[in-house]
Amino acid sequence: MDIRVDTVRKEFSHYPALNDVSLDIRSGELIALLGPSGSGKTTLLRLIAGLEMPTAGRIYFGDEDASSKTVQERNVGFVFQAYALFRNMTVLDNISFGLSVRPRATRPPKAEIRRRALELLDLVQLTGLEKRYPQQLSGGQRQRVALARALAIEPRVLLLDEPFGALDAQVRKELRKWLREIHDRTGHTTVFVTHDQEEALELADRLVVMSQGKIEQVGTPDEVYDKPNGPFVFSFIGESSSMPVTVENHEIWVGGRAIGLPAPHDAIGEAVLFFRPHDVELVEDGSGAALAGVVAASRRVGGTRRVELEVGGNPNRVEIDLPFDHPAGEKTRIAFRPKRWRVYPKG
Amino acid sequence: MTRSTPLRSDAAAGAPRGASRNPSHPAKAGWSFVKPSVIPGFGLTFGYTILYLSLIVLIPIAGLFLKAATTPLEQIIRIATSPRTLKALEVSFGSSLIAALVNVFFGVIVAWVLVRYKFPGRRLLDAIVDLPFALPTAVAGIALSTLYAPKGWIGSLFSDKGPLWQWWHAQTWLPLGLNEFSLNFKIAYTPTGIVIALIFIGLPFVVRTVQPVLEEFEQELEEAAATLGANRWQTITSVILPRLTPALLTGFALAFARAVGEYGSVIFIAGNLPNISEIAPVLIVIKLEEFDQAGAAVIAGIMLIIAFVMLLVINLIQAWARRRFGNV
Repeated sequence: MDIRVDTVRKEFSHYPALNDVSLDIRSGELIALLGPSGSGKTTLLRLIAGLEMPTAGRIYFGDEDASSKTVQERNVGFVFQAYALFRNMTVLDNISFGLSVRPRATRPPKAEIRRRALELLDLVQLTGLEKRYPQQLSGGQRQRVALARALAIEPRVLLLDEPFGALDAQVRKELRKWLREIHDRTGHTTVFVTHDQEEALELADRLVVMSQGKIEQVGTPDEVYDKPNGPFVFSFIGESSSMPVTVENHEIWVGGRAIGLPAPHDAIGEAVLFFRPHDVELVEDGSGAALAGVVAASRRVGGTRRVELEVGGNPNRVEIDLPFDHPAGEKTRIAFRPKRWRVYPKG
Repeated sequence: MTRSTPLRSDAAAGAPRGASRNPSHPAKAGWSFVKPSVIPGFGLTFGYTILYLSLIVLIPIAGLFLKAATTPLEQIIRIATSPRTLKALEVSFGSSLIAALVNVFFGVIVAWVLVRYKFPGRRLLDAIVDLPFALPTAVAGIALSTLYAPKGWIGSLFSDKGPLWQWWHAQTWLPLGLNEFSLNFKIAYTPTGIVIALIFIGLPFVVRTVQPVLEEFEQELEEAAATLGANRWQTITSVILPRLTPALLTGFALAFARAVGEYGSVIFIAGNLPNISEIAPVLIVIKLEEFDQAGAAVIAGIMLIIAFVMLLVINLIQAWARRRFGNV
């Protein structure tokens, strides 16, 4: 089911939580709404579900205008961060709930409801736990029950609000992989909200990066990671270092010296240079122009050594990654050039 | 006392009990009265509890049963099975039950309104709910009987040839002279009046037990039910009410217990007609005024036993409900 969000605006007591947001979601894709808290990502998800009504704008499910439809009519599967399981019902009753509350005309017979619920329990790998109550399950198991419950109604779109937010790191990684498998198997259009960029990059077909009630960038993980369209996206997605620079004569200058990087556009004046700490080359023999800095601090991060450099008396330190066995110590002078970088006008 | 290890069982069995409080001793394994805690004082608080309960509750009740036991058995049976006693017990427990049930229904609605909606005067309304706690029940009884008496503001609406009667008799479409059927409700000085007084004094119990549970209720559960296609009624009956069940039972038990013991407000509105609107506490007072202490003790004992059994059953249901719908 294609979903089209058309210039939607949502205000909570005159404070805009979403500012004229438009977004096209393609049928069958797994799309992540990513952003810091307060960016409006959960509001957007709840608007698609019909749990909130937009102040202005429309939402289409396929060609059909869903804006004025109630939650019940929209037929969406919604998974909450805190699971929201009905604790007075067994796992099986939780999963069958959506089917058994249907009006008599469309409700499948009891045996059929049970069969489908058991089938879903199988899909979420909880076979044999149908008689348990939610409070007898672990967090990861509860969230899988919640997903099975949402899938039971054969939703037109599956919406997940920080589905792994309440779980510990290990379970979170497992469920992530598993959600991808389920998605590929069932082919539902799936939208999930997260503030964890790693999760979004790993799981999603496309990312929607949001900030302050606006969409900053929409793209595949590669596009968003490699070609961030602004300083916010660059620093929000992945590791980043930045420093103030000047652009002149198609070159980038730091402290009056060219650093050997061509400027990508003609804009002249103050700008900010962004690069990834691991995406730099060291200039050992002083060949050609480079950025040079003095090591102020260093620490071991996994398989590399992360060093903080003071460049040209600039109070903001920049970080780069060195091989873990690099001999650099404090006060060592290191010259390097980012292999890939982006320059954004200041402001 | 439990034994720390099988090896030194003989020595441990003879050791003074206070030894376990000595921090130099290793912690005892097995079952104990006291959970480890940073605040000691089990002996003091437990002793006080027993003493206090004995002086205020247990000894008076035991005295009551002793008094009743001095009466010959056939006389106990005669008092207990006399039509007037049976009717009084029926009126007492019957009206208390009805009043508690009505309070469960209205209490949930009042609690819902107070928790879910913001409106001007909400805090005022919230405070008014507690008034039946504070008001002398005799005042409540007098006020209610004035209102609901046949000539009172509300009572007159329902009385003979009153507005309701006239409206009913004007309904010419009713088949077969059904409107000739007398519509004459007397509220004060009947069991209905008793129920109204008991509803008044029991309302705060249900509201105050349900309110905190409603406040904690995760609205996400309602949203989850809605996304799964449940309509409002289905959400209320299968998601919200089960969660309120333990609190509802508590509120019901409290309102019921309070109603069974109520005296002050009822005597003004009931009319206290023997075999019609006489509650058991009134009958006890009448017996006392006739210097029939044994009779009073017997009726009081029966009331106590019935009330105790009912509260015990409610408690068991509650324990079951907590296990079933309880908190994680």
